[in-house]
Amino acid sequence: MPLRVGEKDFQTRVNRGLEDAFMRGTVRSAQEQLRTRKQASSEELGDWEAWRTLGEEIRTHTLEHLDYYLEQLSDKVAERGGHVYFAKTAEEGNAYVRQVAREKEAKKIVKSKSMVTEEMSLNDALESDGLEVVETDLGEYILQVDDHDPPSHIVAPSLHKNRAQIKDVFADKKGYENSDNANDITRFVRGELREEFLDADIGITGCNFAVAESGTISLVTNEGNGDLVTALPKTQISVMSMERIVPTWEELDVMVSLLCRSAVGQKLTSYITALTGPKSEDEIDGPEDFHLVIVDNGRSDILGTQFQSALHCIRCAACVNVCPVYRHVGGHAYGSIYNGPIGAVLTPLLDGYEDNKDLPYASSLCAACTEACPVNIPLHEHLIAHRQIITEKENLGPMPEKWAMKMFGTGASAPKLYRLGSKQAHRVMRPWTKGSRISNGPGPLKAWTNFRDLPAPSSERFRDWFAKRRRSNSDE
Amino acid sequence: MNVSLFITCLGDMFYPNAGKATVELLEKVGCTVDFPTQQTCCGQPAFNSGYHKEARKVAKQSIEVFKDSAYVVTPSGSCAAMLHEYSHLLEGEPEWQAEAEALSAKSYELTQFLVDVLKVENTGASFHAKATYHTSCHMTRLLQVSEAPQTLLSHVDGLEMLDLPRNYDCCGFGGTFAVKMPEISKEMVDEKVSCIHETQADVLIGADAGCLMNIGGRMDRENSPVKVMHIAEVLNYTEEGG
Repeated sequence: MPLRVGEKDFQTRVNRGLEDAFMRGTVRSAQEQLRTRKQASSEELGDWEAWRTLGEEIRTHTLEHLDYYLEQLSDKVAERGGHVYFAKTAEEGNAYVRQVAREKEAKKIVKSKSMVTEEMSLNDALESDGLEVVETDLGEYILQVDDHDPPSHIVAPSLHKNRAQIKDVFADKKGYENSDNANDITRFVRGELREEFLDADIGITGCNFAVAESGTISLVTNEGNGDLVTALPKTQISVMSMERIVPTWEELDVMVSLLCRSAVGQKLTSYITALTGPKSEDEIDGPEDFHLVIVDNGRSDILGTQFQSALHCIRCAACVNVCPVYRHVGGHAYGSIYNGPIGAVLTPLLDGYEDNKDLPYASSLCAACTEACPVNIPLHEHLIAHRQIITEKENLGPMPEKWAMKMFGTGASAPKLYRLGSKQAHRVMRPWTKGSRISNGPGPLKAWTNFRDLPAPSSERFRDWFAKRRRSNSDE
Repeated sequence: MNVSLFITCLGDMFYPNAGKATVELLEKVGCTVDFPTQQTCCGQPAFNSGYHKEARKVAKQSIEVFKDSAYVVTPSGSCAAMLHEYSHLLEGEPEWQAEAEALSAKSYELTQFLVDVLKVENTGASFHAKATYHTSCHMTRLLQVSEAPQTLLSHVDGLEMLDLPRNYDCCGFGGTFAVKMPEISKEMVDEKVSCIHETQADVLIGADAGCLMNIGGRMDRENSPVKVMHIAEVLNYTEEGG
């Protein structure tokens, strides 16, 4: 699955989301739950703002010295007998994984959840070589079984589906005959996947944070599938995007705490897995062969720009869980595997503006995202910065808007002209005014009055009243 | 204390009563209010839409207008936040930036000015009603003002304040967002309106003309009985005089 998913046209995707009452109900209750849980678990820490600042400092420092830490990580992995490959592009990364699979004469691969491999379309690449690739994270597995339905949420990829729909997917595709009770479904999936784990030649994982000082890969999961993917197959390939790294275990501690609390409102998830290289002589399980693929895929172009802090993202989806726009349109409306506010920021950076020019506008700039982010990414400011590039550099703003803004710029910086305009507003709008309201405005006002009334411009502006009052005061 | 009023474009044209109440309220607590007539708009529509060249022109105009003011007070959290944004917007123009910082240092949203600068918590208002308050996003998240309006409202005689469910959610105005993404904006405002109705309040109070225009406009369309008032009108209200 590539970075961009679903319908090409933004408005089509939005309408589809708005019309999907089922999905919206599911998203609403999920958002509610995740938001409340995060609130409670972050309050537990005491001074949450201080923790956010610390998180931000760690991410800023790491990104400022990314070259140093990546080199250190790579050396440490090699020291422990692992192989490291730096992939400049998705294609290079895929080619490397395919080559490993060929060398191992692999037939089946099990995967634990990884967004960067989605971004690279790694599964498609491997399947085109005739390999069987099985997603083992429950949410990812549901989507895979449902004819590769795209993910709609960064942490909970199948958030848009409710239990009944999930039950139907398994009934249709896998002959499931039990209830839509979560336990029943999970038990069924567990049975399905158990064999896959035992059969797999290669396990592929993502990476929440790599620890530079020891060459360790850490995974933050709740289902235990990550542990099986890294314990049973003989070969393990971990794929990480280049910014998902911390200097030492001390920072890992902070980041994992921020991640667990922000993502699912837990102190810790059920499994925090740390893996360092292939298994040693005295270890019972773990891979005999370990590969780390570090993926750039456009990220180094973001370094050193005003968007660098977008790379601080730890993929906790706290911003998604508080976003009122996401709440109403759902994740698929973003047309990207990265959805919600962070998706609207990241997607244009990784995929360009041409196909993503609407995303930065899919926000009322309420800044709930910025307030929620555990590492203080100024998400709403990034959205404004994107808009500036779209209108002023890429010249992708719609023509009427451009003219309207030009007129606004001229009018609002020339007081005389401005006063004349606001004085005339009442008269100009009179044909559309009924009582004190406008219900069917002309031209650009139409989008407003389709759903709301507009108060008619006042016949006596505030400034008229003030001038009159001043005159009568001085007459006294 | 001398205060220059920045009325904002919506305040000037659509909500003159909120402006009048602001003036009377400030005078009541001992301020002398002047109104520089060269003022226009804060430039937010252009800034938020990404037209920063235009926004810079408008920002410079505002900076010029309030150059000699001791304090600039505005009955809008969002526009106050925009005034604070100027120094960032004018990066790369050091002279203007210094001026922008000076403006930002003396600019306040009305309730913030009353509580933080004048130390006024009780404006002597009396208003018998059941009301709920809409917390505007820009005022709380960008300007970081959340206590002041609540404090002031809690001292209004006879006013029963009801908690608004999901008060942290945006009403869907977002300036140009409301006309650029009208369908999404509508869903957001509908949710807000249903939360307001849930409180069974008779009055919705807000401190931002933009939000009030959006929520009030939707409630008008739905023929909702809830009355919309700017916080300045409430804080200036006395049962005898209205």
